[in-house]
Amino acid sequence: MIEPGLYNYWIVVILMMAGFFIVMSHGNLVKKIVGLNIFQTSVFILYISFGKVSDATAPILDEAYTEYSNPLPHVLILTAIVVGVATSALGLALIVRIREAYGTVEEDEIIAQDPDS
Amino acid sequence: MRHHLVLRVVAKLLIPFILIFGLYVQFHGDYGPGGGFQAGVIFAAGFILYGLIFGLDKVQKVAPPAWIRVLVAAGVLLFAGVGVAGMLLGGNYLDYGVLRHDPVHGQHLGILLIEFGVGTTVAAVMITIFYNFAGRGREDR
Amino acid sequence: MIAEHLPALQVVIPLLAAPVCVLLRRPGPAWALATAASWAAFGVAVLLLIAVLEQGVLSYHLGGWEPPWGIEYRVDLANAFVLLIVAAISAVVLPFARRSVAAEIPEEKAYLFYSMYLLCLTGLLGIAATVSSLSSYVLISLGKDRRALTAAFQYLIMGTIGATFYLLGIGLLYAMTGTLNMADLAQRLPAVSDTRTVHAAFAFLVIGIGVKAAVFPLHLWLPNAYCYAPSVVTAFLAATATKVSIYVVLRIVFTIFGPAYSFEVIEADLVMIPLALAAMLLASTTAIFQNNVKRLLAYSSVAQIGYMVLGISLGSVTGVTAGIVHLFNHAMIKGGLFLALGCVFVTLGSVQLRDMAGLGRRMPWTMAAFVIGGLSLIGVPATTGFISKWVLVQATLERGQWFFAVLILASSLLALVYVWRVVEAAYFRPAPEGAAEVSEAPLAMLIPTWLLILANVYFGVDTSLTLGVARRGAETLLGGAA
Repeated sequence: MIEPGLYNYWIVVILMMAGFFIVMSHGNLVKKIVGLNIFQTSVFILYISFGKVSDATAPILDEAYTEYSNPLPHVLILTAIVVGVATSALGLALIVRIREAYGTVEEDEIIAQDPDS
Repeated sequence: MRHHLVLRVVAKLLIPFILIFGLYVQFHGDYGPGGGFQAGVIFAAGFILYGLIFGLDKVQKVAPPAWIRVLVAAGVLLFAGVGVAGMLLGGNYLDYGVLRHDPVHGQHLGILLIEFGVGTTVAAVMITIFYNFAGRGREDR
Repeated sequence: MIAEHLPALQVVIPLLAAPVCVLLRRPGPAWALATAASWAAFGVAVLLLIAVLEQGVLSYHLGGWEPPWGIEYRVDLANAFVLLIVAAISAVVLPFARRSVAAEIPEEKAYLFYSMYLLCLTGLLGIAATVSSLSSYVLISLGKDRRALTAAFQYLIMGTIGATFYLLGIGLLYAMTGTLNMADLAQRLPAVSDTRTVHAAFAFLVIGIGVKAAVFPLHLWLPNAYCYAPSVVTAFLAATATKVSIYVVLRIVFTIFGPAYSFEVIEADLVMIPLALAAMLLASTTAIFQNNVKRLLAYSSVAQIGYMVLGISLGSVTGVTAGIVHLFNHAMIKGGLFLALGCVFVTLGSVQLRDMAGLGRRMPWTMAAFVIGGLSLIGVPATTGFISKWVLVQATLERGQWFFAVLILASSLLALVYVWRVVEAAYFRPAPEGAAEVSEAPLAMLIPTWLLILANVYFGVDTSLTLGVARRGAETLLGGAA
């Protein structure tokens, strides 16, 4: 069997930092949501990559198989993905309303319109 | 979208299969990969595609927003209700084993109902999100 | 038969009521149902606390599956106490909500508001952080001011980053131990605790949940969110949401990692104590310079969270007792104060300090409630605020850290200053020229406000319930992990 190495962790770290950087550095609210999505996705990949057990089957109890992967991380991530979708939808809905109220989706322009906040 | 003949024909061909596939993922979920979340999204995708190609008014005639909103609530109620039913029949919350005399049958019935509740809610929520985003700009214009 | 299902009922009642609210579609019935559900949840919480006091830890297996395969829902003393706080605040706030929501939220959206509120309650009671935070973003964005939208967005970004960090921390722990069950984690962690992965997991977990708990300096979302949210939401979230997060911090530090690991190996207290002290002093100082009273109280919340974190990070039984008891007391104080402000907002339409000038004569009952709540916030004897500070000072002296005790007193003096600013405006300044004629807030809003304020006085005198439960809770937390 081939040792897969640790490249999955590198992917996770790179994606995570990229997403985090986008959230922090971009003033455009839509881009912030995009960055947030990338950030979340990196954690999903982390879970899925170590949720796989080499040479193991699906978690179906049977006499013939003794080694099987734990379904819990997958369930957790399925839930997290759904929550991520809900968060994005909510964030975009907020952006639509912010745009209606301020006429812009750029953070600095919004702050300029509400100096005391 | 009046002139996009190809799109309209392809969509008309595809939508029934999308809906059927959604139902397959829904009801095959206890034997193979699938389940309420995925099925709900696939099912909603059929409606959203219809809305994209033929316009918001048409799809809202098929699935009125008020009904969809009722479905959102009904799905959650079904989910929670099955749990309570398990409790009333003497098991723990979400214990499907007691729904029927045979625990294995009970598990089948329980997971089907639960996933159906999840699927209904997810599909209805997805369609509602689409309606709200698609309908938003129209009031201004 | 009902008794054994209490842990599930706690969550199921509001969960069932939420979709029914959507079906009702009218604000009146939706409000009635939400109130009924919330009172029922409060009843369940009381029964749960009694059951836990009598029998010890309750354990409930969702779906009848035994752990470690199934999901186990454990209720111990600390847990039941937090549930009681959340349910009690919600039961008091909802009767208040009727008039306040009618004034601040469009009527056609009111039923959705109640549905969201119930979902938020469900999330807080079930310790399902994602449900409660998603619904609280929505609740905050319903505020009248357009800045509520940006505040909610900011909260959404920070909250999601926090939640993702938390998830990452759990993932790293899972990678090392292969389990997600809290009790199993605590058992298997010592074997691998010296690895860098576990150190990183600890950091991710504490920082992730620290964002939600608004632990200084991760509190930046809080002032705006509290300031522009509808009054009811502010009162409810200020009294409960951060408390639940603090409870999760307790769980992480004591149950999962254990005090020995958290404070001796990682030495988390070296970071947490200075931050807590900074929160107490800096946030209180910032509060003094605020002109919006809601924002003033929001900064004061950050300072109060500093007290809780200080108590927790002292790591002794007395310290943790102080932290837990302050959870309860602060919920009472801030709930009462924000409800009083809600009364002001409904009648006056503003909570700016200059608009509140001379209010003491025009709304005597509301402002009297505010003054008593303010006294409790400062920590005057015979109020709850005094009790928690007293225990906290004891805990610091136990450790021989008289310097911390001095800082606690200094922070209380700062609290005196910002409360005094409101009192001075309300009682010693004449009403501005051309001010709208306002009279007392409606009775339906005054009664819940006074209920919380009187609870402040009551639990400030009779401490057997709060202190006793908190001490036993602290002993379970510290003893269970040792």
